[in-house]
Amino acid sequence: METVKVQDLTANDLPWKIRYDASRCTLCGSCVATCSFRAIEAKVERRRMVFSEGDFPDPQQRFSAVPVIRQVSTLVSHCRGCGGCEKVCPNDAIGPIRNIDNRLPIVTRCLSGDSIKRGGRKNLESTVRTLDKMRVGRISQMTDPSLDAQRHTFDLLAPFGRILPAGKLPFHLGANGELVNDGQAPPVRWIYPVVIGDMSIGALSWRMWEAVAMAVAYLNEECGMPVRMCSGEGGVPVRLLKSKYLKYMILQIASGHFGWNRIANTLPHMVEDPCGIIIKIGQGAKPGDGGLLMAQKVADHIMAIRGVPKADLLSPPNHQGLYSIEESVQKMFLSMNAAFKFRVPVAIKVAASSTSVSVFNNLVRDPYNIVGGFFLDGVDGGTGAAHEVSLDHTGHPIVSKLRDCYLAAVTQGRQEQIPLWAAGGLGRTGDLAADAFKMMCLGANGVFAGKLILQMAGCIGNEMGRCNACNTGLCPVGITTQNPTLVRRLDPEKAAQNIVNYYLAMDQELKKLMAPIGNSSLPIGRSDALITTDRAVAERLKIQYVC
Amino acid sequence: MCRIGAIKSRNYVHPSLALLLMQSQQKGHDNSGFAMVMQDLGGLFEGYKHLPTLSMACTDEGLKLAEDILHAAGFNRVLQWVPETNNLPGLDIIAMPNYVFETFQYPKNYRSAPQKEKEDLLLEMRLQLREALEEDDLGFVYSFWPDVITLKEIGDPKDIGTYFNLWEPDNKFTAKVITAQCRQNTNYDIVRYAAHPFFLQGYTALANGENTFYQKNKEFQAKLHHGYIGFESDSQCFLYTMHYVHRVLGWPLNYYKHVITPLPFEELSSRPDSDVLLAIRQSLAHLEINGPNTIIGVMPDSTLFTCCDAKKLRPIVIGRSEEMVVFSSEVCGINELLPDRNWEDDIYPHEREMITIDADLEVQRWRQ
Ligand code: SF4
Ligand code: SF4
Repeated sequence: METVKVQDLTANDLPWKIRYDASRCTLCGSCVATCSFRAIEAKVERRRMVFSEGDFPDPQQRFSAVPVIRQVSTLVSHCRGCGGCEKVCPNDAIGPIRNIDNRLPIVTRCLSGDSIKRGGRKNLESTVRTLDKMRVGRISQMTDPSLDAQRHTFDLLAPFGRILPAGKLPFHLGANGELVNDGQAPPVRWIYPVVIGDMSIGALSWRMWEAVAMAVAYLNEECGMPVRMCSGEGGVPVRLLKSKYLKYMILQIASGHFGWNRIANTLPHMVEDPCGIIIKIGQGAKPGDGGLLMAQKVADHIMAIRGVPKADLLSPPNHQGLYSIEESVQKMFLSMNAAFKFRVPVAIKVAASSTSVSVFNNLVRDPYNIVGGFFLDGVDGGTGAAHEVSLDHTGHPIVSKLRDCYLAAVTQGRQEQIPLWAAGGLGRTGDLAADAFKMMCLGANGVFAGKLILQMAGCIGNEMGRCNACNTGLCPVGITTQNPTLVRRLDPEKAAQNIVNYYLAMDQELKKLMAPIGNSSLPIGRSDALITTDRAVAERLKIQYVC
Repeated sequence: MCRIGAIKSRNYVHPSLALLLMQSQQKGHDNSGFAMVMQDLGGLFEGYKHLPTLSMACTDEGLKLAEDILHAAGFNRVLQWVPETNNLPGLDIIAMPNYVFETFQYPKNYRSAPQKEKEDLLLEMRLQLREALEEDDLGFVYSFWPDVITLKEIGDPKDIGTYFNLWEPDNKFTAKVITAQCRQNTNYDIVRYAAHPFFLQGYTALANGENTFYQKNKEFQAKLHHGYIGFESDSQCFLYTMHYVHRVLGWPLNYYKHVITPLPFEELSSRPDSDVLLAIRQSLAHLEINGPNTIIGVMPDSTLFTCCDAKKLRPIVIGRSEEMVVFSSEVCGINELLPDRNWEDDIYPHEREMITIDADLEVQRWRQ
């Protein structure tokens, strides 16, 4: 027998313990084969068996070596609670159980001397979400009738692009008393108010990325819903860049500039303009931190698309410039606008922060009108990989910050000149329509969501420490991995279908929320439609307190 | 639900017609007030069309204060008309002590000033008066504009008519355009300023219904023009948008409809002028209205028009004769005034329509 030392890592120290019932197990091996983390293995145990053979009880014992499934207790190969083994076990013999005595946060740091990295969303569950403390409480009745979600038509579109104030529109009066537009105004796209957030083709498996792209194409071409997806940093396959579907894509450039060589080289071959460009300055889940793609996930096609060697790909926290960050961002905006000859709106994505309003005000007052959207990402957003300490302890919630930005625009009479888009844990409870609707009432023109899209495709990660292993390249459902065997687990068509269906359901639900407040256009800034039973929330967001 | 009505006539008519128009529509609601704006004035005021008339309800102190302010600014009174009132017992009216309609000559240095400067001065003066009188509830300043008179009071419209002697037609107090409202108080305290019609620099608007985009309209308008104040009623937003689109932006009236009830994106994108309409929709998204309502408006040149919400959730009827065009929430109002008209010529405007009545009483139906 081996000696066990008190510092040794055992199942007791880990976040998940394996429940295993040897009497039900037929040793088919399915669980071991399915566990992408190698957190379980087949082992041999010495077992004592008591038996009696005669007509009268005559207990005897026998020792034998029996094969069993055992949990692996190492830092690299610990159980993530994904439930894969449980899913595949034909006899319900195995499954993970949450271990409340978990010591992993301590032992990982002690054993590795390195900061903890993981994916997913913030894991510190706090109180009830602010969004859930609000209801749509201004119901149209009688003199101001509500609409019929089935019968009436609704305009569910949101702007992406810089909008000029009416007095600055390049209009003159034509001969027949009609207004004629004879100048140039910044491009504006009207798109579905829920954008699929920026998840790169390196963070996602090619099948997952393809599934999202497929869903978007289907929603546009077959369902008439102008849904857009953002590429994330890291480029886009050339075939897509050259196809007509490019118009459904919002290309992203972040501080690593990954993939932009290819995009720039493909410019002359594009048959359609992309929907827009987002320059990513920050991300809500890990504000102040750049992107992180671990070498495990840098497969051949990623190396090709991004034009990089196989190594950890770390985007710097800031866009680099010779003189200042502002200068480099300004330059980037101008060059992006110019690259597409001012036909494609360019937006900015920043992490919500105490200072967001100043950033927003600077952009709104910019006389060159170069910023066509303010994508504000809150602390509850997801990520493929980040330092756990950033994920759990940095960031700013989206709700009040979005509201602050909207009210800053109101104070200046500049509502919607730079459309506001909000994200960060929206749809976390599974109900994106309600979250989106409330954010719009508070002033957002639209919202974007990433993690929820993965959950539609089958991601089982959650905010209570389940899975969150997106950084490891071992995603058990083939979503955030480049490992061919794991990727094959994901059926892209099924994933695309789920996304399409979710969007169709959400569309109905949005109408179901618009109808009772009697609005056929999106209720942007209709904070009068919201109520809350929480005084602090009412005061902070300037909505009606009720009890 | 308020009832609204308007009369545009070839000849000068007395406000008793407006009372008649509104009276038959009174059943079933609270009749908490009556208000009207008269434009293109006849009678006593006919000779003073180019000079501004102040319409005000106030206390004695308020009257003195207002006159002092105007005199200090260089205005000289050239005409004053105080309606005789019948303070009979039992009348349902909460009247202010004084009702004043006074016409003024412009200050010397403004007499040959460009029209726009004069108009801006008049607005400044009205805002100044309103603010001064607001302090101790000294009174309400409704309009200060050439050829326009406004009267608003709280109480039963019938009694308000009796109080002001408006049931008796005469030729001293007449106009070619009269817009009027019988108030059904719902959301707001009974405030005189909250009663339609609302007036600003030659533009009049009154509405029947609700504007569920009130909050966003209000937040946006508050920064567009310093004359956009008060917001005592969600229907003021209709007036301010009208003023903004037509006067500030200088766009033709038709675009007012495009601003408040823009075409759905799908319809809009297939039109030849889609670039203009889309630009308007996106730049003025916060002036869109939603909810059920019908608007009646009068332009500075006395053109009368009406349009309604994009779903036609509030009705309006237009009846006409050779001499007169009448707008009314309910057809019974028109029947009182024009019993012998050809009913088949009545117009029931639909949701994408704007009906304008010009100086020759010509009716134009414009389709959005
Ligand atoms: S729950 Fe998932 S990670 Fe844990 S042992 Fe089972 S398959 Fe492996
Ligand atoms: S299932 Fe995949 S995507 Fe979801 S949390 Fe786990 S590793 Fe991440």
